[in-house]
This record gives sequence, structure tokens and C-alpha cells, in this order.
Amino acid sequence: MNDIILKKLETLAESAKYDVSCSSSGTVRNNKGGGLGNTVGGMGICHSFTEDGRCVSLLKIMLTNFCIYDCAYCINRRSNDIKRATFSVQELVQLTIEFYRRNYIEGLFLSSGVINNPDYTMERMVRVVKELRTIHRFNGYIHMKSIPGASRELIDEAGLYADRMSVNIEIPTEQNLKLLAPEKDHKSVYKPMNFIQQGMIQSIEDRRKFRSAPRFVPAGQSTQMIVGATSENDKQILNVSSRLYQQPSMKRVYYSGFIPVNEYDKRLPAIKQAPLVRENRLYQADWLLRFYQFKVDEIVDDSYPDLDLEIDPKLSWALRHPEMFPVDINKADYALILRIPGIGVKSAKLIVTSRRYGRLNATQLKKIGVVMKKAQYFITCNELPMYTVNEATPEYIRKVLTEPKKKKKEDTSQLSIIFPAD
Amino acid sequence: MIVFYYDKTFEGLLTALFDAYSRKVFPDKLLAKGEIEPMFTEERHTVITQEENASRVWTALQNKISKLACNMLTHVWLSEIEGSDELLFRYIRKAFDTKESIEMNFGDQDVLNTHQLARKVSHESHYLKQFVRFQKAADDIFFAPVSPIYNALPLAINHFADRFSDQKWVIYDIKRNYGFYYDLQSVTEITLDNTDSFLDGKLDEKLMAEDEKLFQDLWKGYFKAMTIKERINLKLQRQHMPKRFWKLLTEKQ
Repeated sequence: MNDIILKKLETLAESAKYDVSCSSSGTVRNNKGGGLGNTVGGMGICHSFTEDGRCVSLLKIMLTNFCIYDCAYCINRRSNDIKRATFSVQELVQLTIEFYRRNYIEGLFLSSGVINNPDYTMERMVRVVKELRTIHRFNGYIHMKSIPGASRELIDEAGLYADRMSVNIEIPTEQNLKLLAPEKDHKSVYKPMNFIQQGMIQSIEDRRKFRSAPRFVPAGQSTQMIVGATSENDKQILNVSSRLYQQPSMKRVYYSGFIPVNEYDKRLPAIKQAPLVRENRLYQADWLLRFYQFKVDEIVDDSYPDLDLEIDPKLSWALRHPEMFPVDINKADYALILRIPGIGVKSAKLIVTSRRYGRLNATQLKKIGVVMKKAQYFITCNELPMYTVNEATPEYIRKVLTEPKKKKKEDTSQLSIIFPAD
Repeated sequence: MIVFYYDKTFEGLLTALFDAYSRKVFPDKLLAKGEIEPMFTEERHTVITQEENASRVWTALQNKISKLACNMLTHVWLSEIEGSDELLFRYIRKAFDTKESIEMNFGDQDVLNTHQLARKVSHESHYLKQFVRFQKAADDIFFAPVSPIYNALPLAINHFADRFSDQKWVIYDIKRNYGFYYDLQSVTEITLDNTDSFLDGKLDEKLMAEDEKLFQDLWKGYFKAMTIKERINLKLQRQHMPKRFWKLLTEKQ
């Protein structure tokens, strides 16, 4: 019996692990009257990190990995010959509770392959979260995937129990999605997204009138796109993200570097290594959109449709716009300080509050946490020498910042004494 | 050089401040009683901790600086690192002596250091929230040994008391030899006499609850299955989950 559960758990974890989302933030919920668990706001809690450096925050698991679809990028496609398993509602609920009690996890991330039809699958998933919340009074975090094509009633019910819901876009353009997953279309993705959005807005409205009105997906929704499986450039991808971020309910867009799980499929590119650098640059660009007040066409446009893999998007923007620099740390406003390479949100805020007490100099900036290696070319402060981007030229700065670290040369003037071995 | 001796308690430190202001003599060095005095000591004073004076200083401080900053000071005290008491002394003195609030003046060395040290301690308490691993003992008490580098356990206790309010648990700091016990009603501080049985982070299998081994194995199996082989990045793993925690982590044992 127990061996069977272990086998199932491993099989279904293997199937679920390619989903990137792992966040457990966005809802603050204290434990209610003797139940189990709470959720912390702000920073979520990661409980472990696997050997690939990704965090384990939620019990990321599939209810079943049987699937009626045959999407080329997915490990669980029906034509794949892999181990298949299904959890019963009871098993999954018990597993979640027991893991949670041992502080292994922050909650549940429930996903599923599609069996029979979307509504049938969704209904089973809703039963799991409903049982957790109502019977076991579980107050931990629940992230639930919404099955594309599921009906509104089920999403409305799921939203009452889940903290966050997500529907994955997977392929940024409809045309390429049709190529890799002929049975799917973008409409079936955007429709549940809209249901979630409407439910959230409705609930916020209701809670303004009645404080006891139930919360609906309080941590908003997220989505995911695969990078490198199809021919889209970064401009197309980031434009999709920026459009999604205009919805108030969209909290995160995840990018998943394509890992060739189905190498035999000729529609997919043959790559040796997942495009990890590109994925990283996309995340950096995503951060610029969300926290640094950048517009998408400042990061990528028709003449630069792809992100620079050698340098980060913010530095790349700064090198293309030397006319904006140098920025005077002691005078410029917050928005402009945020745009300096080497200064993040934290240091920008520290700078703005500290400079009211006196002019800041380079040593202080360094202690505050500014990366002076980059920032020195773009700022003037109390006493910094004037060798900025305009004097040094963008090409030179690029060269300096991208060249590999020099190893320390051996000092030739130093005598080396070789001790005789016994 | 002026030296103050005190008993290395937080109240002692506050009393030292009280004494310094009332005598108008400010120490260059704070030492524990019995420590060897540095060279060229001209003046020495032994602080006798007095609750009343300490609380007067603390109340004055609460009026002078924000709640956030007061919290920061207790964090710094819990860091227990050498010189943190002198840092606190300088910070509090600056706070009293300056007309405007000094809290945001990160150009000042002491303000920045206090801020950064408090952040480190607070991060350590976050580490505890992440990496505490309970093991269910036969008497239905969930037990977790920890050994944080700063004394951050008191900062994390409220979190656990709220989260696991329907189970009995013990979180025990094996480095400082004290812990907290929650009995479904309230949290009490405890000291165990015999800690040898779990110094390596594992409960003896005889003491474990019946299904404990099963869930540990399930968790280990799950943890292993989650790794994506194509993306192995051990450096990143260590960066997020420093090796010093591994000996107490179920999945890494």
C-alpha cells in the first residue's frame, strides 16, 4: 500500500515538475479558530531547494497524468509511453496535510492532465481543494491550475477555495500553438483567465460593501510561457507579457526555458541545452516592466527584437541611451535613479531617503549596496571622477563589463622556492 | 579610555545608557564583568542593572524613534555578535542626541550597520521558517531541532504558534540549549536535560510515531523526483539553502 503511494507520488511529481510557478505569496490569512496553517504575505516561504536550484514551496503535484491531449511540448502527451498514475481525492488530501504538519511545504499546487473532458477533470480538482478547506480547515496556500475549456461555474467554485489560479498560455502566438498543439487554441486559455479576472473584480466590489463577503482568488492569477520551443522572438514574448500585466489580476508571467522532453517530435527544435540565459534575461526584462517603470518598447523594439544575452536588459538600455546619463545621485528623482544600471529598487529607495541628510559620496553608495562596477559609468555624486558613459563610449563599457574575469597572474618578480620532496 | 562593565543583558545595556547620561560620562568600551580591561584605561564604572532605569530608557527611546526602529534594535541584540552591544549603544546615543530622526540616514556608518545587522537576523528567522523540519514523536508531539547562527528563534515562534495551532510541538535550539514548547494553549520556554538523542537532527526511530518514517520517505522521494536533470545547478541550490542547514533537513539526511 505505502509503496504504491510512493510510486504514485514520484510519477506524478515527475509529471508536474515542469510547471515553473512556485510562489506562495500574495495572501495574508491568519489561522482561523484552531484550524491548520496560515499564509504569510509579502515574501512567500520556500521550504527546500532541489539540485537544479529551484525552490520547493508548494506540493506541486498532478491529480493524474493521463491526458486526452497530444501537445508536442508536454511530457504527459497521450502518445508518450510513460508511467501513468492517478491519486484519489482522499490520498492527496492526507498527503498535503501530513506534509504541511511537518513544515515541508507551504501548501498545495494542484494541476492535472485532462481526462474525459475539461469539466470532469476540473470537478475532481475542486473536490480536493474543497475537502481541504472545509473538512480539514486547512488555511495554507493553495494554487490551482484551471483547465482550459472548463466552465464558468466550476471556476467560480474553485476561486472560493484557491489563493491563486493559473492558466498556462504555453506558446506565445496562436499560430505556433496550433502547430504544436492542434487541439488547443488561445481562446480556451483566455476565457478562463477572464472568468478569474471577473470573479476577482466582483469579489473586491462585494467586499467593499460587506466585509464578510468571501474572497475570490486573493493572490490573483499567473501564467507561463515556454521559451525556445517555437520561433517567437523576445519582442513578441514581452509584448504578450506586458499586455497580460495590464489586467489587474495578473500577478506573474513565468518563462520556462524549453527542455526537449519529447526529442522524437520533429516539429520541435533540436537543442542540447535549455536556453537558460535567455530565460534569465526575460525574467530581468519582466522585472523591469513590473518594478522599474519601464515600457516594453524601451526594452525591445523593431531594431532590437531580441534581448542581449551578454548583458542585462537594463544595462543594454542604458548603453543605447547615453544621452540620459550621467545622473546626479544627489538630485535626480527616484524614477531616474531606478534606471541606472547597478542600482536596484532597494538601493534606490535608500539613496532617496538618505540624501536628505547630506550629500552622498561613492563610498557611502557602495556600502548602501550599489554595484559600483556598473554604476560608476552612469552617475555623478559628491566626488566621483568624470569618466562616464559619454567619455568612455558605450562600446568600451560593454567590453569592460563583459570580458571574463582575469585570473591573478603569477608575480614574476617573486622568487619561488621549491621544497624538495622526501 | 573609559570602560563600563555590565552583565551582558539587554536591561544591563539600557542601564548603562542611563548611567552614562546621568554621570555625563560615555564609555569607549563595554565589557562583561570580569573581562580583562584594555590598556590605558583611565576610568572604569560597573553598571548595576536596574529594571526601573532600564525601562525609563526604553520608554524614552520608544518616544524618540519609531516602532520599526525599536524592533530593529531588539533584532541587533539577538544577533549576539561581538560588538553589537557597542553598536547599539552608539545608535541609541545618536538617536537621543540628534534633533531630527536618524533612522533614515544610511550615510551614517552606525545607522547603516544597525540596519544591515538587523536584516541579517531577520533573515535568519526567515531561514527558520523555511527549514524547520518537524518529526512526529510517539507521544504525538512534533519535534524540530534547529541551530541558527543568530539567536533568531524567539522571532519565529509567533509564526509557528499561529500556523500549527492544532498540534503540540517543540522547536529546540541545540546550539544554545533552549527551546519552545507549545501545548495547544500557549508557548513556554523549556530546557531539556538530555539532548544527546537528537544532536544529529534525527529522532531515534524508537521514539518516532508509527507513520513518521513513511512520510519522511515520501518526502525524500518527492524531493528527488522534482529535480530537472537538464537544469542541475548545485551552486544555486547552496546559495538558497546554505549547507549549514543540511544536517537538520529530512530530505538531505
